[in-house]
Amino acid sequence: MTAERFHTVVVKVENKAGVLARVAGLFARRGFNIESLAVAPTDDERFSRITFTVDVASAPLEQVVKQLDKLVNVVDIRELDAATAVERELMLIVVAAAPERRSELLDLVRIFKAKVLSVGPDKMMVSLSGRPDRIDDFEALLEPFGIVEIQRTGRVALRRLDSSAIDETPEVP
Amino acid sequence: MTTNGGEALIKSLENEGVEVIFGLPGGAILPVYDPILDSSIRHILVRHEQGAGHMAEGYAHATGKPGVAMVTSGPAATNIVTPLCDAYMDSVPMVCITGQVPYAAIGTDAFQECDTTGITMSVTKHNFLVTEAADIPQIIHDAFHIATTGRPGPVLVDIPKDIVDPGNPRSAMEWYEPSGPQLPGYNPVTVPDPALVAEAATLIRAAERPVVYAGGGILKARGAEALRRLVELTDIPTVTTLMARGALPDDHPLCLGMPGMHGNYTAVTAMQEADLLIALGARFDDRVTGRLDGFAPDAKIIHVDIDPAELNKVRPANVGIRGDCRLTIEALVEALGVDVVDQGIDRAPWKQRISGWQERFPLTYEQSAPGEALKPQFVLEKLRDGSPRDTIVASGVGQHQMWTSQFWNFEQPYTWINSGGLGTMGFSIPAAIGAKVGMPDRTVWAVDGDGCFQMTAQELVTATVERIPIKVALINNGYLGMVRQWQEMFYDERFSEVELGRTVPDYVKWAEAMGCEAIRAEAPEEVEPAVAKANEINDRPVVVEFRCDEREMVFPMVPAGKTNSELLVDPSQEDQPR
Repeated sequence: MTAERFHTVVVKVENKAGVLARVAGLFARRGFNIESLAVAPTDDERFSRITFTVDVASAPLEQVVKQLDKLVNVVDIRELDAATAVERELMLIVVAAAPERRSELLDLVRIFKAKVLSVGPDKMMVSLSGRPDRIDDFEALLEPFGIVEIQRTGRVALRRLDSSAIDETPEVP
Repeated sequence: MTTNGGEALIKSLENEGVEVIFGLPGGAILPVYDPILDSSIRHILVRHEQGAGHMAEGYAHATGKPGVAMVTSGPAATNIVTPLCDAYMDSVPMVCITGQVPYAAIGTDAFQECDTTGITMSVTKHNFLVTEAADIPQIIHDAFHIATTGRPGPVLVDIPKDIVDPGNPRSAMEWYEPSGPQLPGYNPVTVPDPALVAEAATLIRAAERPVVYAGGGILKARGAEALRRLVELTDIPTVTTLMARGALPDDHPLCLGMPGMHGNYTAVTAMQEADLLIALGARFDDRVTGRLDGFAPDAKIIHVDIDPAELNKVRPANVGIRGDCRLTIEALVEALGVDVVDQGIDRAPWKQRISGWQERFPLTYEQSAPGEALKPQFVLEKLRDGSPRDTIVASGVGQHQMWTSQFWNFEQPYTWINSGGLGTMGFSIPAAIGAKVGMPDRTVWAVDGDGCFQMTAQELVTATVERIPIKVALINNGYLGMVRQWQEMFYDERFSEVELGRTVPDYVKWAEAMGCEAIRAEAPEEVEPAVAKANEINDRPVVVEFRCDEREMVFPMVPAGKTNSELLVDPSQEDQPR
């Protein structure tokens, strides 16, 4: 996933029935390719926020934004590139973990500051939240253990604050 | 005042200034039809819901006011999907009310239930499913606001039966007048950015071979007068697209007529050779541009549109201006200031090239030999010359549509109504009915093909019963003519499933059975008298069947996939130097 090809867009929509269908229908009809999508309520119950990552090779970002803006229920659209966005994602993953490989796995969990949620005789469930690229890295490192099941939420994002030192404390690794 | 949802709906429509509803009742919408009896609004009972939708469109095209259609749930709603899509493609302001099964029954596959808002989501500017009776006044107000502002378009309001049925407690509500639209996400921008207008003016001053590319948005913005001022001030030749015919009169010295796949040679070639295209309310449709990478290769682009999504969608603009067409043209006129002569611009070389094309490549056709069937172009010329100058013409889709656009002389805006974007066969008769309802004092001709006629002719019954005296010129060549033309030109004359037959149905008998006056013309000398007789009849609809030559083809033509420079001209002009 390269920064140039995928762009994060955060859309504030009216919290009304069918709004997600309108947005998804627009993507389908105009041939916009969506990499990930997350929907959640906001602090104001009249609105929800849809965060999605669009493949700008499938359509120019300008068209995506302008077509979305034509939806009557869309109130506000923010385009966020990697430099201006704080992006987070959550992954739940079940990995094969025979007793003799557990400590190796726990090393990785420690390094990434992931959490062990559940342990079975030969499997372990781990969660990690963080920058999407870190989650990609973690997933890649777990691959050799054997991934039994995986669930990622899709990214959510907000615009970085002007002085965002606290926000972007360097993460390990 | 305590009322119910059904009464509130009709009162809301009255408050929006609705004069006429085109519709057909059924189970789910039934309670709304009772208060109609006591309303000032005229209801026109159609014979098929598609007719209601196209009538609403025709009414809107002719009057500029939103057309209103009302039908029941399920099959009625699906029948009106085509007109909604048509209105969406051609930006026609329209409000469609559909009945829905009671709210509690939604999702149970109830009788005549369909997911109307789901089905129509992609063919409406917006749609609403009303869930509470108390929401009706606000939603109707919002629907009309959305349909008529910004880029106009169709809006559908789906209303469950229980909230309009006075027998159901869910329909009870307190009446109120909405204070304004409640649409936090809808704020169309109409006023252009002055800095961009100034940039556009600079490009216009510097251009040597400019062309104004006038689209349907000019008519939607009621901007024909402004357009005329702009082109006269700048002395810029102007093409009027299929959706903008009449925006500048055809007999205006700067009007080059229609561009595109079946545009005239001069309009197409002037755009190809231009160094500046000023696109006003046009969207670079594929039928105008031909193969895109060969379209107007040397032209810079000024693109004005109320819908910012049109800017840079197809052809990148050097200056893209978001704004209402009329306001933007007026701002351009202001920014340009003094006229072209005072600016020392010499338009003569460019206009000389253009008049050379006009002389060498006029629209033409070969007259029929004695005993041969009528030439459709001849029929249209006689119809044009024998009808009042402010006649409104509505056409179907196909060869007859192109010939009408080519051979009619449009002197005024809002006299040409057709289905451009969607290309809906069967559009003309219901659209003409809607136009005549909106403009009862004008002569309204539907120019139709025999294929189109067989799709929506039943609405002539509506016209007879409701006393809407439209006239129909039926160009009967016994074929799906445009498809036949493509098979002749591109499929080695292998005609597959295009012959409809010229004598079955008997159109005269059919028209008479529907209460119309019916006339048949087969020889050239019969055409003028038939037109004259039809124009004298004003107490009922008239159908004039013209038996036409199926071999006739529409020229010029840009074959699909070719550039506009590869335009095919009439065979008689092939040897002319280009």
